[in-house]
Amino acid sequence: MMGNLALGPRRAMTLGTAIALCAGLDACKAPPESRYVSDPADARHGLEVIERVGCGACHEIPGVGWPEGNAGPSLRGFDDFGPIAGQLPNTPTNLAAFVRNAPLAKPGSPMPAMPLSVAEARDVAAYLHGLDDG
Amino acid sequence: MVEAGSAFDAWWGWPPPVLDPAGPYADSVTTLAWVLFGLGVIVTLIVVAAVYLAVNGSKRTKSKLGGERAVWIGGIAFPGIVLTILLVWGLALTASLTKTPTGDEMRVRVTGHMWWFDVEYLDSAGNVVLRDSNELHLPVGEPVVIELASADVIHSFWVPNLSGKEDMIPGRVNELLVQADKAGRFGGICAEYCGGPHALMGFVTVAHGSSEWREWWKDRTRSLPGIADQDVPGETVVLASNPATPPDLNPLDGRQLFMNSGCAACHRVAGTEANGLAGPDLTHVGNRLSLGAGILPNNRGTMMGWIGNSQSIKPGNRMPNYDMLSADELEAIAIWLEQQK
Ligand code: HEC
Ligand code: HEC
Ligand SMILES: [Cu+2]
Repeated sequence: MMGNLALGPRRAMTLGTAIALCAGLDACKAPPESRYVSDPADARHGLEVIERVGCGACHEIPGVGWPEGNAGPSLRGFDDFGPIAGQLPNTPTNLAAFVRNAPLAKPGSPMPAMPLSVAEARDVAAYLHGLDDG
Repeated sequence: MVEAGSAFDAWWGWPPPVLDPAGPYADSVTTLAWVLFGLGVIVTLIVVAAVYLAVNGSKRTKSKLGGERAVWIGGIAFPGIVLTILLVWGLALTASLTKTPTGDEMRVRVTGHMWWFDVEYLDSAGNVVLRDSNELHLPVGEPVVIELASADVIHSFWVPNLSGKEDMIPGRVNELLVQADKAGRFGGICAEYCGGPHALMGFVTVAHGSSEWREWWKDRTRSLPGIADQDVPGETVVLASNPATPPDLNPLDGRQLFMNSGCAACHRVAGTEANGLAGPDLTHVGNRLSLGAGILPNNRGTMMGWIGNSQSIKPGNRMPNYDMLSADELEAIAIWLEQQK
């Protein structure tokens, strides 16, 4: 308890110094948050598709207010690092294939195939990859 | 049947807007609400003005306000007259709400369950002709008598666009007249706290223009034996033949999975061995606008998400999660249910 309290101000100072340095040098760009930057129109269409086919019934998805079921993992903070569903390399093509037919893309996956066209799946992937574009 | 729309627009009629009447019974309730609100505003303004004058007015005004005359006029005569007029007018206005049905109206029995609605269309002798759940279809411009019942605790039936509320009380049947004067989808809710997910207990009312109504009735009763043309409430029609349903790619038999997974013990699907009564009738679930008692649009995702994990969507509801189903099993069941029109 005491130790934590003592640490507080020191941490704040380091952070303050860092901010000051960044402001001064204009050299502290955040590390790249996204490898794939989505086309906003595709992403917008992707969100419409997500709402039409009801992905929200199994996932918490940013931009979808209701429903927020949890048969599947939350997609809040879903980004393009780390594998899809713990297994597939996280590329737009793989993501589109996965959301369209998960058991085919990842045998044994508990996520059922969804009624999406290839183009719709690509837009859905664009939306999900766009979540972290900031 | 279902148009695209953004997630929580009332495009399938839910949640329902109040103060937007679509028929005569809701009209009088809405008029009364606005008049009461307006009078309330006027009285509040008078009181605020009186308080202001009592603090900041001249000596003469203050003594007048504090006098016995002011009490007689402002405290007794004014409210007495206004409230009497309001009572007489209000009773006259809402008399139609408790009008006894003539007996010629179409009849539907709606039974509240924790936390969904059973809907039965009755013939003139009171026999059940057609059974459905969480959705009520009506012809435009016709008064319809709703027989309100409950299977467990007290619920209350409320379609704000079409009428006032009325309780559904165990062991009793209350009658409520509703009428829609324009076609459309009107959301309904349970308006009496009934425990658990009461706030997620709704249904959708659909009012059809006359030719659409004829089509709807024809379609719903096509497979029922003994339904003659003249049995269509208010209409004479020719029965349509049963259109074939398209096959799908999933190799599993959704029907068999439904029967073998325990679903049939709680759900009825007419024409099959599924005869359960603990949950909503699924005979026409493929045509349903909503799932989960009015709270979800009906599509592949919500159907599978509901079956797999309804407890995360409507916590406490009486259907168990089916998280042991594989992806293909879940999909097969959903596809089969979508074909139940
Ligand atoms: C019936 C429930 C269900 C529906 C409907 C559903 N999913 Fe899934 N989803 C799951 C499950 C379960 C998983 C976990 C899959 C796995 O681990 O293989 C998952 C995993 C995912 C993942 C990977 C998450 C991660 O952390 O790597 C994404 C992305 C995803 N789903 C997107 C979607 C999209 C987009 C839709 C709509 C087109 C959708 N899901 C519809 C159940 C569902
Ligand atoms: C223990 C009884 C029970 C079992 C078993 C059961 N259900 Fe249900 N089901 C319910 C109840 C109760 C509801 C209504 C829940 C609510 O809205 O509060 C419901 C609702 C539903 C709905 C939504 C209907 C609507 O119109 O809103 C569907 C679809 C459904 N169940 C499908 C299934 C399937 C498929 C299975 C088998 C895999 C199944 N149910 C097993 C009790 C059950
Ligand atoms: Cu209730």
